[in-house]
Amino acid sequence: MSFADFLFWIVALWTGLSAVMVVVTQNIVRAALWLLFTLAGTAGLFFLLGADFVGAVQLLVYVGGILILLVFGVMLTAQGPFVNLRAGAGEWAVSIVVGLLLLGLLVSAFLMTDWRFLPAQPPDPAHSRYVNDLGLALLGSRDATPPGTLPGAPGPEPAERSRVAYLLPFEIVSVHLLVVLIGAAYLARARRRRGART
Amino acid sequence: MDFDAWPVIRAVVASLLLVTLAAGSAIIFIWMERKVAGRIQDRLGPTRVGGKFGWLQTIADGIKLIAKEDIIPAHADQLLFRISPYIAFVGVLLSFLVLPFGREIVGLPMNIAAFFMLSVLSTEVFGIILAGYGSGSKWSLFGGMREAAQMVSYEVPRALCVVIPVIAAGTLDLQLIAQQQAGFFWNWLIFHDPFQFLTFWVFFTVATAGCKRAPFDLAEAESELVAGFHTEYSGFRWCLFFMAEYGAMFAASALAVTLFLGGWHTGLFPADFMPGDFQTPLGILASILSVIVLIAKSWILVFVMMWIRWTLPRLRIDQVMMMCLKYLVPISCALLLLASLLPLTWNTLRLPGLRFRNPPAVPALPARQQNPAQETGHYTAALGPSFREHQPDLTGGEPHELR
Amino acid sequence: MTSVGLQECLLVGAVLFVAGILCMVTKRNAIGILMGSELVLNGANVNFVAFAYFHDLFNIEGQIFALFTIVMAAAEAAIALAIVLNFYNNHVTVDVDAAEDLKG
Repeated sequence: MSFADFLFWIVALWTGLSAVMVVVTQNIVRAALWLLFTLAGTAGLFFLLGADFVGAVQLLVYVGGILILLVFGVMLTAQGPFVNLRAGAGEWAVSIVVGLLLLGLLVSAFLMTDWRFLPAQPPDPAHSRYVNDLGLALLGSRDATPPGTLPGAPGPEPAERSRVAYLLPFEIVSVHLLVVLIGAAYLARARRRRGART
Repeated sequence: MDFDAWPVIRAVVASLLLVTLAAGSAIIFIWMERKVAGRIQDRLGPTRVGGKFGWLQTIADGIKLIAKEDIIPAHADQLLFRISPYIAFVGVLLSFLVLPFGREIVGLPMNIAAFFMLSVLSTEVFGIILAGYGSGSKWSLFGGMREAAQMVSYEVPRALCVVIPVIAAGTLDLQLIAQQQAGFFWNWLIFHDPFQFLTFWVFFTVATAGCKRAPFDLAEAESELVAGFHTEYSGFRWCLFFMAEYGAMFAASALAVTLFLGGWHTGLFPADFMPGDFQTPLGILASILSVIVLIAKSWILVFVMMWIRWTLPRLRIDQVMMMCLKYLVPISCALLLLASLLPLTWNTLRLPGLRFRNPPAVPALPARQQNPAQETGHYTAALGPSFREHQPDLTGGEPHELR
Repeated sequence: MTSVGLQECLLVGAVLFVAGILCMVTKRNAIGILMGSELVLNGANVNFVAFAYFHDLFNIEGQIFALFTIVMAAAEAAIALAIVLNFYNNHVTVDVDAAEDLKG
């Protein structure tokens, strides 16, 4: 077992346990804390898998943005100091059974798949230039995506993969984000509270 | 079992050095803060402990803090209260990981170092918000909310200001950015063009606010909020918050130094005057010198932050937010636009004077074949033929001056 | 000792996904449900990045899909929180069981 594998198992255990704790914890802010650990662990996995840029974006957007937003949401909607909303025991039992079945389904799906078309050796983890390739692909350069034949494609002869660029999706996502932000600001604008008080 | 011990040893040594740097500079900064405050207020500051300049004052304070009782309020959420100082400190400490202290002297070489630093510095705020919430006290909650709102808002102009020198340098790798600024001080990116010069000041303001230093320290305004989010903290956990704050000051200053002020270069010698490798005695000497130079430059910026703190009065919270959202964000957006238009116009019109670096050639890796997109990608083709006229040389060979 | 491969990464992704689904099912707090959906998206992201890493051909695709997912998650969180705030304004609670105005 190499050092990288050791690190992978540590981070993977950490991520999985924190994710389970998010489910188990009843206090919503503590759940946010465990979610922080999960997200940080996922970012660590991304770093280990050579996706430095995605890992940093994960830290910046999730931890620096979404989580803060969630905690703000908790604080704006909490009646007491520490909120507890529990599900019933029966609901717990059913959901755990369904969850285990779903996990079994997913695990059996990837265990039964034939992964032999994968390259024997994963690429060098120090592939630092992929960030530049990412940038080029987002700017619309088709050459950033490597040419090759599609593995595992049906048919007699190997199919050439189409080389794609992501300028249009990138622009769509940007405009989408802008629209969403304006919409969220409109929805959450301050209004006089009406309706039932309990 | 082929367990390679070398990367483990290297990782342990590097992280120990970085923790020592964070804690050691916090100790020196606290002493410095007292002396600066004293001198600015026409006092002497600490004089007794440890000889003439009171230089053991912080050690005495530290022993006092560690010996104090660790009080956890009855209304606090135990887990959140205990864990949040560590989250804040870890966020700051991680940013030291990619900081280049010299040629090849960096905890973790990463080609998105500047972006990584921004992203981990943004995680510090979560520790603060949890501390504010977990303390179970209204002062802490208000302080934490203010702090979070302020830090999240100031992240936007900070990120924009980091992008501007990155445009001029053509890379996110802090080490390459610093290497480009070798030689005399007019090679520094702050003197690259007028927009970089303006950006430095905006960045420094924003970084000061992002480290919640006065005049932006509303979250800890003792006249209204006792001590803000760390009202309920005492002893070692309080110490960790303090170290996180001073660590963030150091990290932000070192980022400013690396991006704008020449990194580890003194700016007094021509390029390649000192080799900075580990092959010759001179190279080792130059490496040690570069570490000292970077730390000294950062300390000077930290000193300026302290100077500002004891000179300017505190803003109101609405003024702090207004300054960010109404002034600093538009200013940095305009600077970003102008700084990215400048090289395009200059290079397409072939004007004399300014010389701009091109998007860097990507160093070829043995694992993958060199991609032809790097030579004739659509990106560079769209920017006009002259954009790639000067062959990129990331190590600082190219003249880079404003005549 | 085998080295870490694609299946181990997919296992982590599956655990995150199932934890997210469970979180969405068992939490009654609307913000807890939002956290569950973040976990689900993270599980998908782990899979994307794992595929990107283990097959050179899809390196760009995997990472770009992960990036788009993160952006979508940010947008979704903003909108969902706005909805939760509105819900709170109308019902003075964030318990999703109280959302039964449209029940026939």
